[in-house]
Amino acid sequence: MNKILAKKELCEKVHKFRIEAPHLVEKAKAGQFVILRENETGERVPMSIGGLDKENGILTVVIQEVGKTSASMNRMKVGDSFSDVVGPLGVPTHIEKFGNCICIGGGVGIPPIYPIAQALKEAGNHVTTIIGARTKELLIYEKELSEASDELLISTDDGSYGTHGFVTTVLQKLLDDGKEVNFVMAIGPVPMMKAVVNTTRKPKIKTFVSLNPIMVDGTGMCGACRVTVGGRTRFACVDGPDFDGHEVDFDEMTKRLKMYVRYEKRAYDKFLDNEKCRLKKQVENT
Amino acid sequence: MTAKKQEPISKKERLQIPRQKMPQQDAKERIKNFNEVPYGLPVELAQKEAMRCIECKKPVCIGGCPVEVDIPAFIKLIVDGDFIGAAKKIKETNALPAICGRVCPQEEQCEQVCVLAKKHTSVAIGYLERFVADYEREMGEIEIPELPPPTGKKVAIVGSGPAGLTVAADLAQMGHKVVIYEALHKAGGVLIYGIPEFRLPKSIVASEVDYLKKMGVEIHTSYVIGKLDTVDELFEMGYDAVFVGTGAGLPNFMRVEGENFNGIYSANEFLTRSNLMRAYDFPEADTPIFVGENVAVLGGGNTAMDAVRTSLRLGAKNAYIIYRRSRNEMPARIEEIHHAEEEGVQFKFLTSPVKYYGDENGWVKEMECVKYELGEPDASGRRRPVVIEGSNFIIPINTVVVAIGNSSNPLIPQTTPGLETNKWGNIVVNEKTMMSSRPGLFAGGDIVTGGATVILAAGAGKVAARAIHKYVMGIPFDEREDEEKKEEKKESVSKK
Repeated sequence: MNKILAKKELCEKVHKFRIEAPHLVEKAKAGQFVILRENETGERVPMSIGGLDKENGILTVVIQEVGKTSASMNRMKVGDSFSDVVGPLGVPTHIEKFGNCICIGGGVGIPPIYPIAQALKEAGNHVTTIIGARTKELLIYEKELSEASDELLISTDDGSYGTHGFVTTVLQKLLDDGKEVNFVMAIGPVPMMKAVVNTTRKPKIKTFVSLNPIMVDGTGMCGACRVTVGGRTRFACVDGPDFDGHEVDFDEMTKRLKMYVRYEKRAYDKFLDNEKCRLKKQVENT
Repeated sequence: MTAKKQEPISKKERLQIPRQKMPQQDAKERIKNFNEVPYGLPVELAQKEAMRCIECKKPVCIGGCPVEVDIPAFIKLIVDGDFIGAAKKIKETNALPAICGRVCPQEEQCEQVCVLAKKHTSVAIGYLERFVADYEREMGEIEIPELPPPTGKKVAIVGSGPAGLTVAADLAQMGHKVVIYEALHKAGGVLIYGIPEFRLPKSIVASEVDYLKKMGVEIHTSYVIGKLDTVDELFEMGYDAVFVGTGAGLPNFMRVEGENFNGIYSANEFLTRSNLMRAYDFPEADTPIFVGENVAVLGGGNTAMDAVRTSLRLGAKNAYIIYRRSRNEMPARIEEIHHAEEEGVQFKFLTSPVKYYGDENGWVKEMECVKYELGEPDASGRRRPVVIEGSNFIIPINTVVVAIGNSSNPLIPQTTPGLETNKWGNIVVNEKTMMSSRPGLFAGGDIVTGGATVILAAGAGKVAARAIHKYVMGIPFDEREDEEKKEEKKESVSKK
């Protein structure tokens, strides 16, 4: 169980894992998340679901190296197993026939958009997907999303691929062109999600975002993941992770996400130092 | 350790023996480590303490125990030097003696009704329970009781805290197949994530869990019922009954302005990081925890004491307990309050926060409080705290831990159609059988009562196990029989 069956580097510091988790995959729905723990001393990390292979019982998770835990996970090999893969957690994305849907993904927020785009399309919606990255090399899941959507639009910050600009540049253009939009789902870095809801606020387009705050247990027990939505404190793990984007206090969330920055840096630096030492020794020994 | 039978002495001589004190780690030293505070009684002191029991003809202590341990019998076995026998005697009704000996509020239970308590001091029943359980474990002589032939009945238990473990032990002992589903990655529930190492070493919980495994109980961790499988799916999987003991897993906050500033934790999160995730060992363990110079823990229960004492060990210079009522109303065990005082915790009674102030990065830096005075008794019988107008004052603070209790976790009630809950979301059960509105679905512990104690959860587990046995074996619940038992118990307590 929890065994890594395949692993692929999608771009620098970003790996896609296919993990054996038949029971979880059977039950999981688009928009839910899992908690991974690598080993005995490991953290419990919430991760988006980047694909559900229902036929073979395989879970796809995309991990970006940002600190010690993600770095260590990204060095796991095919055949290794996570000590824990917990889930499916959270409430699935509300899927219905809205009409014209726009799915927006940025960075490692792109993979979880994939099962949601699939589900929306299956429910009879017309799905336009917009994905963005800093530069062409960092753009992931293009093939998957072009298959899952009726239309795939791309933006890069540096203009190396697709529209020069942000996902919101593309979104704004669609709206300016008079496209009728009934539902927007956005997943990505907090500034991106904030920019998307600011774009759809005036035209009053129903916009949901999937939040990924710091969590420990992921079952409602600890309250680490509290977010303010519509002036009320909600727990992203059991009340979310999807919330009405126009109601989310993104500024508070940004600050809360930085709570352990100092600790994360310390652990990451130590990890990289140890790794350097190990490599050096290996070189010396050969 | 040597076990020797003690010569009988007269009642008068017994009454002259003072209550033995348990040796413990010095307060100055212990706030630098997470090792257990009391060392336990050595053999001589344990036997001396056991000799204090005057062997009442009608022992009221048994009625004071939620799981009805035959207290005089096990104490007599200690006097006789048969410590293993004493451990077995306790285990006839309590599967978790090493845990209960440490965390039960004995002063409100068995020790409160002990006949000696009136004119002298009660027998230290908790110390003795711990002594025999530790003796048995340290001697490596934990024996698995002889199990009856399998009944062929299967019971699923959701949650591996004190309620679930008790039900599991009792049902396994009756020959039923028991499978436990635990959401976290380690079994033990609050005993693992909540109660700190210095109060309950995790190796002890692990050994009690191991004991269950040896009895054939299967345990699945990282398995969230209500998400991965629903209760209905458990029945579909062939379980004859399901017991839900998921605890009070949804922390309450005070809904005070600024409560989402960084540095403000629920007690559940703070303790889970430190205990289950071993944040005290960061960066060896990967999970961090933030403890600043000034730490305020809100609340007056055992959880608050656990959190405030943990904060000292993690480097707090000033650790405060902020409690809305006065010392007399604090629900924590007396021993925990003493330990906190010895360790330098500062108590601010009749005080409660009304607002937090943060810095530009969203970190809490100050807490505005108001003072209270005690008014008339409220529904709980405790005097109601009343705000003193204009008493507002500010304390500089870096870390806040909110330990004002929990609500019930919604995962099971939300996904179990037909399951009746009360207005707080707790599962409604028949108190005599612990069966819910759904036939075959039983519940006990904090998910039924709201935040309570380990032993009350274990007590509920015992009642549930008896009823589950009857239910799966097709024996009708005889409510009269249970009623009589309860009456008997009431009598024995009221005769104190």
